[in-house]
Amino acid sequence: MEALYLLIPLSVVAVFAAAWVFLRMSDSGQFEDMDGPAWSVLHDDDTPAAPDKPDTIQIDATQDQKKPSKDNGHS
Amino acid sequence: MSLSKPLTGETYNYKVIRQLTVMTVIWGFVGMLVGVWIAAQLAWPVLNFDIPWLTYSRLRPLHTNAVIFAFGGTALMATSFYVVQRTCQTTLFAPWLASFTFWGWQAVIVSAVITLPLGITTSKEYAELEWPIDLLITAVWVAYAIVFFGTIAKRKTPHIYVANWFYGAFIITVAVLHIVNSAALPVTWTKSYSAYAGVQDAMVQWWYGHNAVGFFLTAGFLGMMYYFIPKQAERPIYSYRLSIVHFWALIFTYMWAGPHHLHYTALPDWAQSIGMIFSLILLAPSWGGMINGIMTLSGAWHKLRTDPILKFLIVSLSFYGMSTFEGPMMSIKTVNALSHYTDWTIGHVHSGALGWVGFITMGSVYYLLPRLFGRTEMHSVRAIEVHFWIATIGVVLYIAAMWISGVTQGLMWRATNPDGTLTYAFIESLKATYPYYYIRVIGGVLYLGGMGIMLWNCLMTIRGGKAVDAPVPRFDPAHA
Repeated sequence: MEALYLLIPLSVVAVFAAAWVFLRMSDSGQFEDMDGPAWSVLHDDDTPAAPDKPDTIQIDATQDQKKPSKDNGHS
Repeated sequence: MSLSKPLTGETYNYKVIRQLTVMTVIWGFVGMLVGVWIAAQLAWPVLNFDIPWLTYSRLRPLHTNAVIFAFGGTALMATSFYVVQRTCQTTLFAPWLASFTFWGWQAVIVSAVITLPLGITTSKEYAELEWPIDLLITAVWVAYAIVFFGTIAKRKTPHIYVANWFYGAFIITVAVLHIVNSAALPVTWTKSYSAYAGVQDAMVQWWYGHNAVGFFLTAGFLGMMYYFIPKQAERPIYSYRLSIVHFWALIFTYMWAGPHHLHYTALPDWAQSIGMIFSLILLAPSWGGMINGIMTLSGAWHKLRTDPILKFLIVSLSFYGMSTFEGPMMSIKTVNALSHYTDWTIGHVHSGALGWVGFITMGSVYYLLPRLFGRTEMHSVRAIEVHFWIATIGVVLYIAAMWISGVTQGLMWRATNPDGTLTYAFIESLKATYPYYYIRVIGGVLYLGGMGIMLWNCLMTIRGGKAVDAPVPRFDPAHA
């Protein structure tokens, strides 16, 4: 089964690579907050602006209330 | 009262997503049309009209390539470009490469549409395209990877959302699978010989084939699931921690399920057993992910009554759970002795393909399309509801017909008389399966009809809207 001489080392390399990525990401704090990311995706409002309220992104609160210009965002 | 969030003045790269999304729906219709046609050929063989280009043998790879790589692949590119931009709150890295990814991938599909009916094929299942097209696929895939990972690298948010992990794993793994399995010695522009021979080739082929199921048709679409279900349900993922565990469990356990395609062949027995064991292990992460997705609706179950997009997304997970239970069961050698080479396998594949991959894609496209064309919802929500129901009836008819047909075949093939001779000739088992082939055609026509409604609904939505690129908000760490 010569094919396995290729496939088994490939899998071993893949597993070590995955483990390396996992540990690196774990050390860099990617997996610290296990609640926030689930909510922040919902906070990103991707519904298109209705005609009466031009391109503004609605979120719950922010310090900066600068209104973007009306033509902003159209290609 | 909510307040406006400051913008960066940039807009997301929606154009390439619009192109990919529209082509997803078109290729879906084309691929399913070819599928219905060859299903009809099995019931009425006269439908190949004695034209070589239209025979089952040549249209079948065209069908699989069109639905997996044209419909599924284009959908994965569209949604991954959307999800990676929205969750990283940044524009695409190297937008011209993203454009090359779109046009290059369409060129691959058109090449398949031309070469496969002409009979130009490597005859490796799900990797039939000849070597010049394989090289183009490699170039497109490298471009896709550069755009995707480049966008992750320039993200404005510190966290990488879980859906991106699934998309990323899908992109890397498919690259490795494609390169290893497509290694070949070209002899002419349209003919090459595989770098492997005999059982070695079979092992490499199914190492590729099953991991393509795992990473192309599962990991990529799980990325879709982890973004579009929470967004459509407006509920956070049931357990974000479980989604991370789901991802790493899948990554660490997937690679060795392939040999279950080669039970009772020349492949060494121990390699077959490894394939079976790894397939059984996979039940755990698969069901973990399914439960996580479905439970995302907890507290919002009532939305299922009124929201047809959510119906698509949640029912896709039921089919995912069903086929990831059925798969490990079929990989058990004694079960496989009955199911292998029968229509049961076809039924299993289609419960995953029509139920899981198809439904999650349709739900995601229904979510995505209005947002790309400046509309709040699809042209007709009622049409989505109709699509959902006829597609569901279509899938159920299809898979139930194939289950019965498959078990019938398996039992007839293994039946022996007291003197050891076979009870049935092969032609008798073929005759017994005919009624189910008609039912399959009906199921396929219903599913295709749903896709036709979707195509119409999408065109009407585009007609009534206009291409809009959403502005990129300025990243605010207080809301990270």
